[in-house]
Amino acid sequence: MIEQNLILILVLLPFLGALAAATLPVNAHNAAAWVSGLVLAGGLVILAMLHAPVSEGRVLRVFVQWVPSLRLNLPFRVDGFAWFFVTLVLSIGVLVVIYARYYLSRTDPVPRFYSFLLAFTGAMVGLLLSGNILMLVVFWELTSITSFLLIGYWNQSQAARDGARMALIVTAVGGLCLLVAMLVLGQIVGAYDLDRVLASGDVIRAHPLYPLVLVLFLIGAFTKSAQFPFHFWLPGAMAAPTPVSAFLHSATMVKAGVFLLVRFSPTLGGTELWFFAVTGTGMATLLIGAVIALFRHDLKGLLAYSTISHLGLITALAGIGSTGAIVAAIFHIANHAVFKASLFMAAGIIDHETGTRDMRKLSGLFRAMPFTGTLAIVASAAMAGVPLLNGFLSKEMFFAEAVDWHNGTWLDNSLPYIATAASIFSVAYSVRFIATVFFGPPASDLPKQAHEPSPWMRRPVELLVFVCLAVGIFPGLTLGPVLNDAARAVVGADLPHQDIAIWHGLNWPLYMSLIAMAVGTLIYIVFARRISAGPEGPPVIWRVRAQRIYEKLLLELTWKLPRRLHGFFGTERLQPQLRLLVLLAVVCLGVTLWGALSPVQKPLARTTALNPAFLLMWGVGAACAIGAAWQAKYHRFAALVLLGGAGLVTCLTFAWFSAPDLAVTQLLVEIVTTVLLLLGLRWLPRRREEIAADKLLPAKIRRGRDLVIALVSGAGLAALSYVVMTRPLIPNVGDWFLRNAYYEGGGTNTVNVILVDFRAFDTFGEITVLAIVGLTVYALLRRFRPAAESSGVPDQQKGEVTVALKDYMLVPSAIMRWMFPVLIVISAYLFFRGHDLPGGGFSSGVTLAIALLLQYIASNVRWIEARIVILPIRWMGIGLLIAGATGVGAWLVGYPFLTAHAQYVDVPLIGKVPAATALIFDLGVFALVVGATVLMLIAIAHQSLRSARQREQEAEADKKEAL
Amino acid sequence: MELVLSLAIGIMAASGVWLLLRPRTFQVIVGLCLLSYAVNLFIFSMGRLTVGAPPIMPKGGFVNPVAYADPVPQALVLTAIVISFATTALFLVVMLASRGLTGTDHVDGKERDQ
Repeated sequence: MIEQNLILILVLLPFLGALAAATLPVNAHNAAAWVSGLVLAGGLVILAMLHAPVSEGRVLRVFVQWVPSLRLNLPFRVDGFAWFFVTLVLSIGVLVVIYARYYLSRTDPVPRFYSFLLAFTGAMVGLLLSGNILMLVVFWELTSITSFLLIGYWNQSQAARDGARMALIVTAVGGLCLLVAMLVLGQIVGAYDLDRVLASGDVIRAHPLYPLVLVLFLIGAFTKSAQFPFHFWLPGAMAAPTPVSAFLHSATMVKAGVFLLVRFSPTLGGTELWFFAVTGTGMATLLIGAVIALFRHDLKGLLAYSTISHLGLITALAGIGSTGAIVAAIFHIANHAVFKASLFMAAGIIDHETGTRDMRKLSGLFRAMPFTGTLAIVASAAMAGVPLLNGFLSKEMFFAEAVDWHNGTWLDNSLPYIATAASIFSVAYSVRFIATVFFGPPASDLPKQAHEPSPWMRRPVELLVFVCLAVGIFPGLTLGPVLNDAARAVVGADLPHQDIAIWHGLNWPLYMSLIAMAVGTLIYIVFARRISAGPEGPPVIWRVRAQRIYEKLLLELTWKLPRRLHGFFGTERLQPQLRLLVLLAVVCLGVTLWGALSPVQKPLARTTALNPAFLLMWGVGAACAIGAAWQAKYHRFAALVLLGGAGLVTCLTFAWFSAPDLAVTQLLVEIVTTVLLLLGLRWLPRRREEIAADKLLPAKIRRGRDLVIALVSGAGLAALSYVVMTRPLIPNVGDWFLRNAYYEGGGTNTVNVILVDFRAFDTFGEITVLAIVGLTVYALLRRFRPAAESSGVPDQQKGEVTVALKDYMLVPSAIMRWMFPVLIVISAYLFFRGHDLPGGGFSSGVTLAIALLLQYIASNVRWIEARIVILPIRWMGIGLLIAGATGVGAWLVGYPFLTAHAQYVDVPLIGKVPAATALIFDLGVFALVVGATVLMLIAIAHQSLRSARQREQEAEADKKEAL
Repeated sequence: MELVLSLAIGIMAASGVWLLLRPRTFQVIVGLCLLSYAVNLFIFSMGRLTVGAPPIMPKGGFVNPVAYADPVPQALVLTAIVISFATTALFLVVMLASRGLTGTDHVDGKERDQ
């Protein structure tokens, strides 16, 4: 149990540390460094405690349930390989934190830096320990994002922003590919559990989707570990602060890609496809990286390409996949991390103390900084693979694997030559690094006077170089045991103990090393001057750069192509878009329903006898609809009246065909809509028939075309509804509602019971929409500025007419005022009968809104607002709260959200009253509907008031001016 | 009855679509109202036409679902009525605001020939 908790703490600790660091004040340099350092050191302590069980070959697991229904859990597992890798990450992390404390300047916002760094470490640890391949991808993407933030840490610099974006795009695209690969892998295996997937190698390799999985998986791994041709983002990422480069872009994050390759090599590997893809890419990257590194003038650029090259080496080993290759790969992961981190730190010290990283300017620094110089020399010797240093050992193992026979293909046979060639360049750039920077005449034009850094900035480098030496001289005593544990975790428990020796006798790998050292040094001596004078890259091919291709592609994809598509498909005009939409609907429906719409052969199953009154009613309704369509342009008021007519006929139809609830609601909503539109009419421009220019031919053609579209869609809808209506009704969910409305919902009005009980969650969503619309209307009208021509006094209120109008309105307004209490009673009546008889929250809410509205119509706004205080937003808020609280209330008694309880209560004098909790919910609906409706109507009505107030102010100003 | 109602739906839908394609905002808003009537009736008619049997249940006893109108399309349409009221209100306000900002009531915010 303790072990399980320790693993969880190990995963959580960096994230908690990140939160803690983020909350520190901006200038808390020491505190932030202490927090981060202690967090990482704490992780190392936990790892030390876990070492004993892991070294016995046990796999420690912990399992946190997350979304069990999706089979998505958070299992973490620690085996030898993961333990080894996490230890590497955290150890280098501690050193980087110490280094960063002295590297970052006083003005940098450090809490952000350490917070990102810890978040990255957490993501990395999660990635390494994840026991679920989907969670692995999640952590994988998290490392991409945190790395983006870290590269862009100095966000004031353009290079940092570009580098960060490029790194994010490349690695995140790779991450997406990896996600798809993992999903397919999970489908093949039938589980997303890492152990199950790793154990199912045979099933996966035999599956027809294996090539697809492999390609996607490799894209993911290659983008992350900067393999050719995705290598270009890594040099761009060097815009990050040097501690970040040392930590992420040499020691840890880029190693995530090779971690995955090594981890999955026994499962996905062993095929010829795997060998060619992985080893081929690795060897190409190894050679290309080494060649380019020799020609870079920027110190960090050289180290970046060297990193790419070494990652290629590890990839190639993972591709070979033999036991020896896996051991060598794991060994080199650690060795490279150690010497490359120290070299990056040394480069950072040089940059920090001299102000430049350009090797053409740097020279003879050994005199100024002898300690740093010595450390850098030892570390580069390890990079070049000089004996008695750690780099030599793993490189010899690589050479041995290259020489060994594996499958006899041409690639296998050419491995030794490529390896030697790459190694020659590797020696050459290492020599160049040391020779140009530390030896030669003292530099004259450095931005700063070079001197040794503060001792603590050098300590991490000293420790790392010491490790280089210790591992190089006593490999069996230092890394040997943990390396064996790690390799056993990957290859299998039956792996015999691998002994790492310094001396294997005179053999091919040794000869290859000697050749590489001799020829590499020679190349540097001969070409040193020409390389310094040349461009930033190898001759000829420096012009062809993957980064340029990427930038061109990005420009094309994110800028040119969308604009071209937009130019082709887009329009700023609404009419063509609507036309397209309508046509699309007609065509889609027509195509899918063509068979169903054809005449039915058998006698129609279902018809209702025609009532002449109904025909007459719809004669009027159709005339109203067509009239509204005809008059809407020039005679808006008439169109509005006709629209109301069509609405009334609709309402009667509902009543006719047994839908009293709909009839009531439709009638009330109709009233409110009409009033709303009437209020809006005032702000529209005048339009007269005589000034219209639409008698011309193009306008007529347009109208003709639209008429055809309208007729076709109308005919289609008519045919569709006729066909459906004449077919017999298939028993559906409605029957269940009918049967259970009373027993389950405690109400006899099934429609209302559906709304407030069975489907209450839908209604909850709907009233929320209503509230949002109400608020939007209110917000839009707060800043409303009417057009100049509409802001004056309307014609109807000018001159003599106004007085007469007031007299005419006297009687109606008296009646309207008297209607107020009556309407309140009707509203209450509709509300309380709603559960059993037609009515309910909606209709009673709208009724109350109408009651209030009538008061506004009867008198003017100021009069009414002096007498009644209406706070529509409160009504809405309270309504929503009541409805929500009813839903939450069900939780208290252990039921799901919005479960209703129903019973009848005997109230004296009134009799049996349904007392369902749904009624409380309906009360919420009621309050919200009142609030939203009144809010919208009042907001529009107030516009007249505002422009009247404006007129008064202007009149006042005019008067003052006249005086 | 079925024929009359389906013709009515067709006529209202055609008037609505016609207005939807017009250039003036008020025409479009009236068109949307008409179209929503048509669509509401269409959804309602999916429950078939039943005369004189509203879905109001007796208190207790056996319920024969065939004897009542289908409540599901009714519940759907009730929701649709309220929502279409909300969209009409929103559209009206957008129309007014756009008229105030652009000085025209054309749906594109500018006259065709400008």
